[in-house]
Amino acid sequence: MNREYDRPSPDALLHEVGNSARGRLKIFLGASPGVGKTYEMLSEARERQAQGLDVVIGIVETHGRDETRRLTEGLPALPRRRMTYQGRAFDELDIDAVLERRSALVLVDELAHTNIPGSRHEKRYQDVEEILAAGIDVYTTLNVQHVESLNDVINQITRVKVQETLPDSVIEKADEIELIDLPPDDLIQRLHEGKVYVPEQAKRATQHFFGRGNLTALRELAMRVAADRVDADVLGYRQARAIVEPWATRERLMVLIGDSRDAERLVRLGKRLAERHESTWIVAHVMRGESETHLEKGRLQSALELAERLGGETVSLTGFDLVEEILAFSRERNVTQIVVGRSRRRLRWLTFRTSLASALLRHASNIEITIAGCGDVQPQEESASVAIEIARSEIPFLLPLGTTGLAAGLAWLLSQVLTTANLSLVFLVGVLFVAVRSGLRASIVTAVTSFLVFNFLFTEPRYTFDVTQREDLLTLLFFLLVATVTGNLAARVRKQMDVLRANQRRNSLLFEFSRRIAGAVGRDDLAWSVCEYVGQSLGAETIVLLADSDKLAVAAGDAGTHGLIEVERAAADWAFERRDAAGRGTGTLPNCRWYFLPLGVSGKKACGVLGVTYADRKRMMSGDQRRLLVAMRDQAAVAFERAMLVEERERAELRSETEKLRSALLSSVSHDLRTPLVSIIGATTTLLDADVKLGGEQRRELTEQVLSEAERLNRFVQNLLDMTRLGYGALKPRLEWVDLRDVVADARQRLRDALRRHPVQVQIEPGSEMLFTDAVLLGQVIANLLDNAAKYSPPDAVIQLRVQHRGRDHVIEIEDDGAGIPRAEREYVFDMFYRVRAGDQQVAGTGLGLPICRGLVESLGGTIHAVNPRDGKGACLRLQFPWRRPEPVNLEDES
Amino acid sequence: MTAGIPRILVVDDEVPIRKFLQISLGAQNFEIIEASNGYEALRITEAHRPDLIVLDLGLPDVDGKDVIAALRALTVVPIIVLSVRSGEEEKVSALDRGANDYVTKPFGIAELMARIRVALRAAGEATGEQAEYAVRGLSLNLARHEVTTEGRPVKLSRKEFDLLALLMKHAGRVLTHKQILREIWGPVHEQDTQYLRVYIGQLRHKLGDDPAEPRFIANEPGVGYRFLD
Repeated sequence: MNREYDRPSPDALLHEVGNSARGRLKIFLGASPGVGKTYEMLSEARERQAQGLDVVIGIVETHGRDETRRLTEGLPALPRRRMTYQGRAFDELDIDAVLERRSALVLVDELAHTNIPGSRHEKRYQDVEEILAAGIDVYTTLNVQHVESLNDVINQITRVKVQETLPDSVIEKADEIELIDLPPDDLIQRLHEGKVYVPEQAKRATQHFFGRGNLTALRELAMRVAADRVDADVLGYRQARAIVEPWATRERLMVLIGDSRDAERLVRLGKRLAERHESTWIVAHVMRGESETHLEKGRLQSALELAERLGGETVSLTGFDLVEEILAFSRERNVTQIVVGRSRRRLRWLTFRTSLASALLRHASNIEITIAGCGDVQPQEESASVAIEIARSEIPFLLPLGTTGLAAGLAWLLSQVLTTANLSLVFLVGVLFVAVRSGLRASIVTAVTSFLVFNFLFTEPRYTFDVTQREDLLTLLFFLLVATVTGNLAARVRKQMDVLRANQRRNSLLFEFSRRIAGAVGRDDLAWSVCEYVGQSLGAETIVLLADSDKLAVAAGDAGTHGLIEVERAAADWAFERRDAAGRGTGTLPNCRWYFLPLGVSGKKACGVLGVTYADRKRMMSGDQRRLLVAMRDQAAVAFERAMLVEERERAELRSETEKLRSALLSSVSHDLRTPLVSIIGATTTLLDADVKLGGEQRRELTEQVLSEAERLNRFVQNLLDMTRLGYGALKPRLEWVDLRDVVADARQRLRDALRRHPVQVQIEPGSEMLFTDAVLLGQVIANLLDNAAKYSPPDAVIQLRVQHRGRDHVIEIEDDGAGIPRAEREYVFDMFYRVRAGDQQVAGTGLGLPICRGLVESLGGTIHAVNPRDGKGACLRLQFPWRRPEPVNLEDES
Repeated sequence: MTAGIPRILVVDDEVPIRKFLQISLGAQNFEIIEASNGYEALRITEAHRPDLIVLDLGLPDVDGKDVIAALRALTVVPIIVLSVRSGEEEKVSALDRGANDYVTKPFGIAELMARIRVALRAAGEATGEQAEYAVRGLSLNLARHEVTTEGRPVKLSRKEFDLLALLMKHAGRVLTHKQILREIWGPVHEQDTQYLRVYIGQLRHKLGDDPAEPRFIANEPGVGYRFLD
């Protein structure tokens, strides 16, 4: 057996795992109101409660039915949120109360309910989504007519247009669906008995809705939804457990839509087909050019949005050869079935274009092509939309008429020279010109007017529309034919140019965007680059909010004088936490001014959000702009991800460096702290031991050893303290004019024991005695260096200390005659605990002396390096401070 | 000072330090009384009238500098402060508040003894000025305004003379920059330490004192100067 198939599909497993962290959703599905969904939900909830589960009622409508109300008794109900809208009060589900209460299970009636404007979410299912995400189980009820993909079918069956629809994805994500079935006759009986709640004003409409035929059809649909679910469950189970048997290759369906009226219908059809075939589906918007009218743009936009709501992927396909483009994309994505509508374009015969459907049928070899018929469209809707279309479309009359006039004038002048037939060429030029400038409609207008003018002015009999000569008739007919065909061709070229230009613009925008953000250094810089460029590209105001320890803060952009207001902040937080768009134009907090997109690579935690708004509140983003924004967001998210990875790596490096230091410190402490203690304890116990007979000299020697070891310990502790102070930045030099002779004398004084056998030769160049520095800190540096020099040089070898003014530097050098420092190691000696790494047998020391010196010298504004010794042997350490001439002091003193 | 054995109050919260001072100072023929915190120090000072107080600045209850201020309201006896290295600002502020001298911890007993002796001697001397000071071949006569080293006259400006006189008058004891500046140049020049450095430099030069191996004027980095006793 193939090993590949043995393994459970990661997606299926992830889905199962994901579900365990989320709350579980159970939908009580009914064919129509009155079948007893709420009743059933409450009954089951009571059972769960009896089993000891924490069950609360989020919102349940009893519609005054006693038997239902009785069931709610004993179940704790959360308070509802009272909202007023247009002067009326409404009770809505209080989602915050639900989240705060954190019960195991919450009952939320009427999943398809639309919330009052001003609520957090537009729809109740979005509330439920958030509750589930918080890990709370939900029971809910739903009537089948609210299912989005069944909307058309139900419309056809019941003639009732359902406004409150629910994305199919919600139902797909439900963990359990229970069909509450009641035979139509029983339901009708209940209706007559008054057991079904029907609002007073809807009584008349329900007569039809509750007809037996309708109810039967709805019942069938509900059963189908439930049955589909069962199939899907079985499939999911099989995949999660790697049961191989029926392993059909994944179907992928693509729906092609344009901007025509049936786009939405095609989307819904695609969804149903995809569901039936258990396949993933893509909605491709194919375009030859930009949509021309607002109406067309709007239709396309809402069809694409619908597709996304229904869980489809949306793409745009453009190109010279649409068929080739579509087929290439299909091969790339393994599309197995293409759904395309039958073209209904007017004037189709004029365009000489084969329909897309038939072209696809001819060229696609192993892809199934489904041609969907035209749906019936309500007549009023049609006429209304046509009226709007005419009102809105701008047929450019000026250019065609002007061009025709100009052509006529020119032809008039040339009519003395040219024959009538040839004069038509002048008009033809006009048609081509208009076609290229203004497109197909204008070119047709030009062709027709040119035809009429040509006929009127130049064919015999002149100044009439009659044509007597057969020759002229032919000329006219050919003119019309050639004018339309060439006009059409020219217009197509123009359109494709437009598309190309738009695509090129988009690509160059994206390219420029990626180039700019690539140059950004660090998160803040990146945030500003993203903000600026997105704003520029969309002509919108933009902000970037980044998460700092899980709290969003504005990192770039202008949030207005008062910052983000509460609802805006809530929308940003929502987008960030749920990794989904929120705010204006979305289903979540649509009252908000900003449209927020999470800044995150899919599957990972977002690092912030990107907000966009227009100064003009009425302006909405077009589909193209939205896609451009999403593309830029994706690039930005990757860039932020990268910036954060870099920061993370730097932190990790720092951590490992700290770790190394810590272990070096430990070994240093254990060695340098313990060694003197060993001698001290040894010496004192010897002194105390009454049995050991000691002479006066020995006694003294031991006592001196205790003293010198204690002093060593003291220096070590001092070094550790200095290091710590340096590390915490607690060191604040007190700068003043300091006499270096004093500093050196003090250092020597402190080291007098260590220097007993090491004569120090001090040479301070006259005029360079004064240094603007901190006497104590510099004294510490010089003492450390002298101590080192003494430690590493043989007894009685002279240590030289020189102070000089060299060019722009005030130089202090300390040179010994010891073993010296190999050239390659001269910078390493300033690393902490460097000596320790060299081994344990070295001269006692902490390995802290030089790093402390460097830290101190740098805090004093100087540098320290190990340099070539003057006499070629030993070590030479050079301190350099910027030269500063001592301020002359006005002595005002008489001798 | 009470006649006979001088009485020293040791204020430190560390028992081992009090113990070691008890033994070593006791061996030097002093009477030692102890206090472990600031309040106790004030109470005992009032009750037992010590001749000198050795005070640790790091006390558990009250800031040592505040203890100095409180003690000064009770008594004029010398106060010697114990302080850690790198606490230079603390030392200066203790001295400015009325402490007479300081010893840096950890210290050798010889160093502390030297400070105690200087302080007790200064306290024992009459408040009136001596007419002449002489140390290691250097002598200064106030009335005649004369300074000689090894018998040879040294020509000093007035300020140099005043400075040397001030230092010699407090020989063995540290004087902070601020104290010296206020005394010689007046309160306006309290911060002008560069004046002081220039004058100290000139003075050392004229006295033939090598700052690297000082015989007369020693530098206390970050704090002030001390005329070596």
